[in-house]
Amino acid sequence: MNLFINFVYVISAALFIVGLKMLGSPATARRGNQLSALGMFIAIVVTLLAAGLDYKWIILGIILGSAVGAYAAFKVQMTEMPEMVALFNGFGGLASLLLAWSEYHQQIETSLFIAIVTFLSALIGGVTFSGSMVAFGKLSGKITQKPVLFKGQHMVNGAILAAVLLAALIFCLNPGSGFGYFLFILIVLVAIGFGVTSTIPIGGADMPVVIALLNSYSGLAACAAGFVISNKLLIVAGALVGASGIILTNIMCKAMNRSLANVLFSGFGSGVAAKSGDAAAQGEVRPASAEDVYYMLESADSVVFVPGYGLAVAQAQHVVRELGELLEKNDTQVSYAIHPVAGRMPGHMNVLLAEANVPYDQLIEMDDINLRMDSVDVCVVIGANDVVNPAALNDASSPIYGMPIIETHRARTVIVLKRSMNPGFAGIENALFFNDNTRMYFGDAKESIQALVAQFKSS
Amino acid sequence: MEAVYLTFVFMLAIFLGFELISKVPSTLHTPLMSGSNAISGITLIGAMASLQTDAHGFAALLGTLAVAFAAVNVVGGYLVTDRMLEMFKKKDKTEGGGK
Repeated sequence: MNLFINFVYVISAALFIVGLKMLGSPATARRGNQLSALGMFIAIVVTLLAAGLDYKWIILGIILGSAVGAYAAFKVQMTEMPEMVALFNGFGGLASLLLAWSEYHQQIETSLFIAIVTFLSALIGGVTFSGSMVAFGKLSGKITQKPVLFKGQHMVNGAILAAVLLAALIFCLNPGSGFGYFLFILIVLVAIGFGVTSTIPIGGADMPVVIALLNSYSGLAACAAGFVISNKLLIVAGALVGASGIILTNIMCKAMNRSLANVLFSGFGSGVAAKSGDAAAQGEVRPASAEDVYYMLESADSVVFVPGYGLAVAQAQHVVRELGELLEKNDTQVSYAIHPVAGRMPGHMNVLLAEANVPYDQLIEMDDINLRMDSVDVCVVIGANDVVNPAALNDASSPIYGMPIIETHRARTVIVLKRSMNPGFAGIENALFFNDNTRMYFGDAKESIQALVAQFKSS
Repeated sequence: MEAVYLTFVFMLAIFLGFELISKVPSTLHTPLMSGSNAISGITLIGAMASLQTDAHGFAALLGTLAVAFAAVNVVGGYLVTDRMLEMFKKKDKTEGGGK
């Protein structure tokens, strides 16, 4: 029977691999996800065939978990997607931690190798869990999105890490004693604490990196748990997820022109940065009314929308699409320029605009839109700030210097929708707002766009 | 030897993962993340297998909790990914039909 189960696991692993491959292209992505789900399903079913299982607990756990998961999946708003992904990540990490703990609890006399991987499961699982909970709190606004910093933070984190490694060393050499068990509990608690202290200094706009990284951790935690129970399917699936998370993390870091270490440890945007970079941007702001903006859009041949996190906050994706359609009827070429780190998770803006039924051939990646920016009549920046800040190109003293941006300032006219003149997340003044070809259209993004839609309809 | 063998499997899977994912358009970053996140819920089958009839008390509690959390991860992850990808799909069709 065990042989059969393991053969079916091979099929599951193959389905995961093909499924992930198909997730790489819009045309096949949905099928890919379904194949991967099928792989998971047959793995679950075949696992139930193993001898000596205690079904009542398994079924209880599956029913409870599936109900919660399904409810959450159907209920969640697309704007809340980042925190949802963070939450699921965290649960995956927690499950791996609990599994390793349960295995260890049932057999505390283990080999050195098993002790090491048990420790790794507990550590990675614990950090994934609490780190994801902090990310969830930040993304859902339950705790501040600002980096939380205190003096000697790196020292504290370093000390925690050193302590956990020391505890791990003693634990791995002697897991089968009461003291070993005590150390294991200590490791679990410290791992959970470390997840909090290492995530809390990271600010809201850096969340795309953090979520991608936690995604990778959740895979590695499953992988470590796979080593604990010698299950190859856990190892393969976990490693695939770990690798994909690392790739995404890398893409996000590149899009901000910062190293992973810089994102994790610098406390970027904590207000210290606010003082620098004010050298460039000063001057007069030119506000515009809904009517002004309407005339600019009405006479434009090409309009490019540049959405940012503010679009998600204002839930303005549907009205933007409506405005886009009205513009198209008016024979204006409409496209949407998406910065890779716009929003709070990789691909955040794409999901929101897809929800609003914006055709995805209108979504243009940063490098492509920059090529033809000079010929764009009007750029409408909606709730984006740092990703369109020209200081990244021409102000070497700016904290975001070197970050690739959507070069809206090269368009003939730029309309910036903004609540107020508050600087963006990084706390940096944006020279774009003071440019001669920029008009500021103040107000809530959704209401502002609705006003434009009304203008178009009444004309 | 078992440890070496498992590490070997791990090493190959990591490299395979890098090859598989290296070229994903940014449109699909979120579905890729939530879809791969659902796969990391594979811990579920390990947790199920750990719930042997001779696991009592605290061990059974830990195992059951592991099953429950992993199930949230698996079921929620796949469903929400499918929901997202459906939107990508649907719009594609209406576009094709409209032109």
